[in-house]
Amino acid sequence: MSLILTEEQEMLQDAANGFLAENAPVAAFREVRDSKNPDGFCRDLWKEMANMGWAGIIVEEEFGGSEFGYVGAGVLAEQMGRNLTASPFFSTSVLGATAVQRYGTAKQKEQHLGSICDGSTLFALAVDEGPRHRPEHIEFAATPHGNGYKLSGAKTFVADGHVADKLIIAARTSGDANDPSGITLFLVDANAAEIERTHTPMIDSRSAANIKVDGLEVTGDDILGEVDGGYEALEGILSAGRAVLGAEMSGSSQQAFSITTDYLKEREQFGQKIGSFQGLQHRAAHLATEIEMTKSAVLKSLQLLDDDFESASATCSMAKAKSGMTAQLSTQEAIQMHGGIGVTDEYDVGLYFKRVHVAQQMFGDAGFHADRLAKRSGY
Amino acid sequence: MSDLEQFRAETRAWLAENCPEEMRDGDITAENQCWGGRQWEFQSDAQKRWFEAALAKGYTVPTWPKEYGGAGLSADEAKILTEERDRINARKPLSNFGISMLGPALLAFGTHEQKLMHLGAIARGEIRWCQGYSEPGAGSDLASLKTKCEDKGDHWLINGQKIWTSNADISDWIFCLVRTDFDAPKHKGITFILMDMASEGISVKPIILISGHSPFCETFFDDVKVPKAYGDDNLSVVGEVNRGWDVAKNLLVHERGMLGTMSPLRGATGPENLGGYAAGEIGVDATGRLDDPSLRQKIAQAEIDDWAYNLTVERLNDEANAGNGLGAKSSMLKYAASELTKKGSQLRMDIGGTDAATIGPDGIEYGSLANTWLYNRAYSILGGTTEVQLNIISKRVLELPSA
Repeated sequence: MSLILTEEQEMLQDAANGFLAENAPVAAFREVRDSKNPDGFCRDLWKEMANMGWAGIIVEEEFGGSEFGYVGAGVLAEQMGRNLTASPFFSTSVLGATAVQRYGTAKQKEQHLGSICDGSTLFALAVDEGPRHRPEHIEFAATPHGNGYKLSGAKTFVADGHVADKLIIAARTSGDANDPSGITLFLVDANAAEIERTHTPMIDSRSAANIKVDGLEVTGDDILGEVDGGYEALEGILSAGRAVLGAEMSGSSQQAFSITTDYLKEREQFGQKIGSFQGLQHRAAHLATEIEMTKSAVLKSLQLLDDDFESASATCSMAKAKSGMTAQLSTQEAIQMHGGIGVTDEYDVGLYFKRVHVAQQMFGDAGFHADRLAKRSGY
Repeated sequence: MSDLEQFRAETRAWLAENCPEEMRDGDITAENQCWGGRQWEFQSDAQKRWFEAALAKGYTVPTWPKEYGGAGLSADEAKILTEERDRINARKPLSNFGISMLGPALLAFGTHEQKLMHLGAIARGEIRWCQGYSEPGAGSDLASLKTKCEDKGDHWLINGQKIWTSNADISDWIFCLVRTDFDAPKHKGITFILMDMASEGISVKPIILISGHSPFCETFFDDVKVPKAYGDDNLSVVGEVNRGWDVAKNLLVHERGMLGTMSPLRGATGPENLGGYAAGEIGVDATGRLDDPSLRQKIAQAEIDDWAYNLTVERLNDEANAGNGLGAKSSMLKYAASELTKKGSQLRMDIGGTDAATIGPDGIEYGSLANTWLYNRAYSILGGTTEVQLNIISKRVLELPSA
């Protein structure tokens, strides 16, 4: 398979590019931020995105989706990364849809996929329990109760958890805290009385929630995938999330870089365009090279998710690591090369810097993935 | 079954039948490749059989037109051939600067007669080519070269010196940049010329490097007479006189493309999996992690970069085949590959500790870790330094202003 977009995917890219530049540019994101919009995104925009088939981008047509696969999701995420578009796309259309479509029962698919596609139900994935991503470390307890379980525990940094209608919670049904087996996924109603959600605005002006669950009763119908075998599903969902976050960060890297090179071509100091200084040229050329490497890594991981989902895990880790490093470099350099204006709130590059930092932390930063890959390769 | 699927099935069957087991060891070091040329002797019967089978099929230069010795494969078919060859870890049947550098330049700029004469001989492994570009006073500033080429009616008269001519001592012909006009602006007076290394007046002296061994030579031209035509109209000049820079630039894109596809981290010598190698040398802790956390992190990072790099070679090739030429982006590949190559051999030296720093009774052994590590310093210098590549990316890809 060629490592380039198909004609159809390119058309999607053009459409996304046009729509977002028009309807969700960085200015729109600022408005959401400055108006202290409690959702952290614009609901009308999300509805429009759903109408265009974006909310169901990976969902099969028989459930109302547009079936563009993960490459399609990445194409959209990259453009969202360019425009800093805030929406529940990632938590609902990538994480939620992957969870239900790949690991849900026929009944769960019937029940949820349609409402993911039309944008009416928002999902969030609750996995981490501390500030650093450690998906195999789960203490959140699911204890047998009657015919089902009782859930109790706490989760942090549940992206869009404050607005979600449904939560997918990774809980422990057996084993000790670091045992990958013994984890089970539950799909529950986020508005249940036993769930307490604390809105945690993040530095990128997006929102997450800390959640506390105290004795929520669930039945077998609420289980997503296998009892005690949820880690595999969790890995699959995380892989998809990592690749798509990689695409988003790739888009942010490209845009921050493009803003920067425009600036280098126009700003004068010492009577010359600063872009003519070799000290800046070489750093820009290095960054351009890293951005090319990142594009390849991201596209490969998305293609693998579509082609052979089960085998994509390591590749998604690599894409997340590479895109994270590049995005960090790109946004750091964007600020530095702009000089003073780069650290003002009024100028956009700082917004990219902040978003990329949060996206890096989400589902493992470059160090986490380097460690994971090393372990996998036997060292 | 689509045509391409059909082609894949046929290729797989052909490889299974024709690529000897001994050639499927994934060994792609310079020493183990078949280079061809008048002085070439096959290293093994298997190497000879593999070469001959590939030649008969046009697979020494699969994308070249059939009339010039190729198989006329499309880009998609060529990619499948490479994939299938990689799948069984097969070596290339023939490697040569003629294939990777001169050939593409001749295809773009040569006359039909030139192509017939030279491309076929390259495809058949008969002529080994070397490249005469750099001079002692013209390295990164290549266009300031001074080797003098005078028009003497029926022949050219050449005087001057080239340096860093890889394998000049074992090559049959040289493609060379010479100055035909000293009055013109420096890019406008250069001509691209082809010479038989057996010509009277050419002498070659190997250069000893810090690594102890290298393919590099100095090449001297002392009143060398180059006929204007070989046979009826097999011209010695490629492209127009004084317009050799156009040919050279085109060729440099291919050179950078080639230098940029050397699977940098695995490098010339060394194991597939650097981390696994390190674990074997250094050992692991109770949790299975390499017993040197800082080295472990560096290796993992380099493996991620290597992987992203290889995919980028693939992607840019796919883009080029779809009609978006590689152009100045080849400088990105050259830059990334040479830095990564150096990183890989540095890591291998660090893993080896004092063991890797030992030398044999006769000095630094050829093919040793230390030899490769020292030799690899040259990667970010040869074919245009890292700084030159960054300049090219800045100006030609990013279009940043000139000083």
